[in-house]
Amino acid sequence: MENDILIEARGLTRRYGPNVAVEHIDLTLRRGEILGLLGPNGAGKSTTMKMLTGNLAPSGGTVKINGIDLASDAKGAKQHLGYLPEQPPVHPELTVDEYLEFAAALHGVAKKDRAAALQRAKQSCGLTEVSRRLIGNLSKGYQQRVGLAQAIVHRPPVIILDEPTVGLDPIQIREIRSLIAALAQEHSVILSSHILPEIQAVCSRVLIVNRGRVVFHQSMAELAAAAVPSYLVQFRNAPATLELPGVTSVSALGDGRFRIECETSHDPREALVERSVANGWGLIELRAQTRSLEEIFVSLTSGDTTDELRKAA
Amino acid sequence: MSPVFAIARHEARRIFVSPLAWTVLAVLQFILGMVFFLTLAQLAAEPGMLNEQAGVADYIGGSLYGFSSILLLLIIPLLTMRLFAEDRKSGSLTLLTSAPATLTEIVLGKYLGLCVFFLAVLVLMAAMPLSLLAGTNLDLGRIAAGLLGVFLLMLAFGAAGLFMSTLTREPVIAAVGGFGLLLVVWLLEAMAYGGGMFSELFRQLSLIGHFEKLRRGVFDTADLAYYTLFIVLFLWLSVQRLDLERN
Repeated sequence: MENDILIEARGLTRRYGPNVAVEHIDLTLRRGEILGLLGPNGAGKSTTMKMLTGNLAPSGGTVKINGIDLASDAKGAKQHLGYLPEQPPVHPELTVDEYLEFAAALHGVAKKDRAAALQRAKQSCGLTEVSRRLIGNLSKGYQQRVGLAQAIVHRPPVIILDEPTVGLDPIQIREIRSLIAALAQEHSVILSSHILPEIQAVCSRVLIVNRGRVVFHQSMAELAAAAVPSYLVQFRNAPATLELPGVTSVSALGDGRFRIECETSHDPREALVERSVANGWGLIELRAQTRSLEEIFVSLTSGDTTDELRKAA
Repeated sequence: MSPVFAIARHEARRIFVSPLAWTVLAVLQFILGMVFFLTLAQLAAEPGMLNEQAGVADYIGGSLYGFSSILLLLIIPLLTMRLFAEDRKSGSLTLLTSAPATLTEIVLGKYLGLCVFFLAVLVLMAAMPLSLLAGTNLDLGRIAAGLLGVFLLMLAFGAAGLFMSTLTREPVIAAVGGFGLLLVVWLLEAMAYGGGMFSELFRQLSLIGHFEKLRRGVFDTADLAYYTLFIVLFLWLSVQRLDLERN
């Protein structure tokens, strides 16, 4: 059954006694999409993912995976899922092959297809050379890859990854990141992280969660388009005032530095350089800035401003 | 292949790659071998003990399987403690709970894997008396009843131990809890001696009473039913407990 919406969660809520960990989260994952779930520690990312994968029963709301309701047909729904929890669920006493073979059997890969499935998963995750080694003897990065291989061995349409790069070194992070991007060719991915560049680098859509609520939800393309560009300039002999066509505001930052904001259609850089040369201002720095995900994240998740911003958004 | 068998195969493999299983088998075999040898030596010294009513199988089988029940009580909680507690601690239980398998299938799979280990124990226990076939006539029915008793006892211990393992994330606590639980059910027999209105009830509930009959070579469907109910009860409780964890 072809279905364009692979995960549809409506009004997902989870309470632990009086504490509300997740409150009314709506989430949709379409085919071929990488959705980034972003939020500070303890925001409810992992709880949300546990509910999406059927490891935690929601206190309210529904989850549909590939059109199958997770509550009423858990087995059928889970067939379409691959899940890498925060801690890779590996058995240290087994070899990579033994472990992946079990993961494949568990997810219903037929015996005759299993060798090929293993081969493909190992190839995607760069595990071919360690096939016969004990998982317990592998480094953290490799164990993470084994966990990832486990999630993709049965080629599920949906892969859910909970902080897949935690505890890895920068090179491993880069490798895992490119692996996720490669996976997105065939699978849809939900990825959680509190590392912003990671989300920015791979995701096509981002959902920021704070204190169990969705506070921001936009595609990366929209985010880029909506960004108001601003420019940072610094002169050695700064003029008292700057007036340029198309510029909406100029604020002096001291020490000869200015922040210039202007209309989206207008790029003031050329004009700035020409004037600087003509008037001998001594331009030493000129830089374009867009409002990054980081700024949005910080403004949405820090302190008491959250509520105001959500109203404004 | 149904997930039950996939999990069972995997669990059996994990038991047999761990040094714990082999240590348990070695210790068990060493102690039982000693008991077997001592009984045999005693019998050789006093052949007059044998008569029309009691043959070699009664002596050897009786003492061997009687002694093994105590050993199993001590050893099986050590094997069952890992089933869920360790997986929960290491986070690898998530692999099962997010896979397309129901909780019942997960519990059954783990339990069946454990049964593979029990079969290995059973083979060891059968081999000792059967080695006597070379030199004497054995009452094979008697040995078979004893082995069936041991096997049922192991299955019952295993189910109770598995349940204790679902309750906690610390394997050691699961082992201690399993041991305590088994000992209490075992000792219900002692409470039956006190008399009183519940004495018959306690006698029926005790693990040891039902084993004793089989050990003496009496096969009663009531005992079989007792063990079946005992096993089903604890496996069902395990499923309930795991379901509770999701909520």
